[in-house]
Amino acid sequence: MTVDEKLTRNAFKPDEESHISLDEAVCRSRCTERYCVRVCPAALYAWSEEGDRMVVEHAGCLECGTCLVACSHGALAWRYPRGGRGVQYRYG
Amino acid sequence: MERFDAIVVGAGPAGTTAALVLARSGLRVALLERGAYPGAKNLMGGVLYTEVLASLVPDFRERGAPLERYVARRGLSILSAGAETALSFQTGAWDAPPHNHGYTVLRARFDRWYAGLAEEAGAELVCGVGVDRLLADGDGTTCGVAVRMPADASPAEGELRAPVVILADGVNSVLAEAAGLRPKPRPGHVALGIKETLALPRETIEDRFGLAGDQGVAWTYVGEATGGRRGAGFLYTNRDTLSVGLVVYAADLADSDVAPAELLDRFKEHPAVAPRLRDAEPLEYGAHLVPEGGYDRVPPLARDGLLLAGDAAGLVGASPRPQGSNYAMASGELAARAVLEAREAGDFSAAALSRYRDLLAESFVLKQLEHHRDWPGFVERNPHVFASWPAALTALVEAALRQDGREPQQREAELWDLFQRRVGVLPLATTAVQLRNALRILGYGKTDRLVEYLARNW
Repeated sequence: MTVDEKLTRNAFKPDEESHISLDEAVCRSRCTERYCVRVCPAALYAWSEEGDRMVVEHAGCLECGTCLVACSHGALAWRYPRGGRGVQYRYG
Repeated sequence: MERFDAIVVGAGPAGTTAALVLARSGLRVALLERGAYPGAKNLMGGVLYTEVLASLVPDFRERGAPLERYVARRGLSILSAGAETALSFQTGAWDAPPHNHGYTVLRARFDRWYAGLAEEAGAELVCGVGVDRLLADGDGTTCGVAVRMPADASPAEGELRAPVVILADGVNSVLAEAAGLRPKPRPGHVALGIKETLALPRETIEDRFGLAGDQGVAWTYVGEATGGRRGAGFLYTNRDTLSVGLVVYAADLADSDVAPAELLDRFKEHPAVAPRLRDAEPLEYGAHLVPEGGYDRVPPLARDGLLLAGDAAGLVGASPRPQGSNYAMASGELAARAVLEAREAGDFSAAALSRYRDLLAESFVLKQLEHHRDWPGFVERNPHVFASWPAALTALVEAALRQDGREPQQREAELWDLFQRRVGVLPLATTAVQLRNALRILGYGKTDRLVEYLARNW
């Protein structure tokens, strides 16, 4: 089962504004590890070769915060989706 | 601008307990939750241990607490790629209330019900509000919070004031970080929990796991469950769902080429696990961090006008039997008691609120954390316990049980050889001593304490 298939079972109330912002310059030039890609349980991070930048798809975010902890370059800024938005666990 | 006697940020077990206790004492308390409802952002394995709940709400069962099943059987499986060695325990003693105080729960349901109790007691629950920052007066004393209202509300922002704020905003407590109370956690000090909730008819669950009525199972898996990474897999039975997932140290995920979701799929497909999940339909996929730092990572818990409770304070019992939601409830209750005493004295300074730390130190919360303070270090220094020893154990058991016409001496020689190659006398002995010290068992005494003290303060 792909991550996307897993995520489609979830209830989300998307926030149009992304709550995750990346320091593109740091991702491009300083970061070689790309821990965010490895740790994200929703597989939201991907390095785009053609765009030469890190791309993050905020809409499927499970709001766990692992990317924040894993990023050793401090390139991630994160605030929770606006109140009431984002993932809505029905079971938890 | 609204004025309260106390503001609690986060309607999880810690925050709701704090609000409940404060509201019962007649305070005007705001309970702020960023989710659309309490529990919308919350997730655990999970078993809730109910001693604290029972002391606060003795009739929680009669009041319809959404408990799934009581834990009638516990098990531990050691997995290699294709084999399982298991231990399980069950006793009729757990079949009668209070059922050894252990129930499986689904947090979205439980937290919503529990916050309802705080509301009934008079707490003002507001959902869908994000707390942006703490408000401070001239000398830095916290005096309220700045909130973002729900997406379509007007005005979009607001301020709430109170002489004291209890932060129970969870493991990622960005507010506690912004307040300088704790650093950003390091990947070695948190674990990622990922979990699927799967639908399975009630009768199927009971037949498959051999359960009657409200009996349930809590099963832990180590070794191949996490692909040898530090952490464990879990399987819990709920009423008509299963909770299946993994808890893995973030540091090990950062070093891993296998994505967390893929790791979970591998666990679900393991020959020891797959039959237990057969025909179960995925309902939800969630993830949440777990504080694993233990006693030595507990931050300062109070400053002028501010207290930290639950996961925000790292108050999770990192141990071989990890627990958290009951610690959260206990810390919420004690934070509330400290607030009540401070209010009595008319003093919300850090010095007055430091009473909270004393109360925690007298309670099981810090006692148990302190007792297991070396567990995180043990896990850090002994990755082989998770990585290579589980498969070594199953190989030994397999060799011991194999029917192949060997003579007894040959069998024993093979076992000894296997043991020496895959475990070794010296590694086993050093790990065993470390484990004994980390768990403070087998006659751990004054000399050990002295050695430990010296090592820590070297």
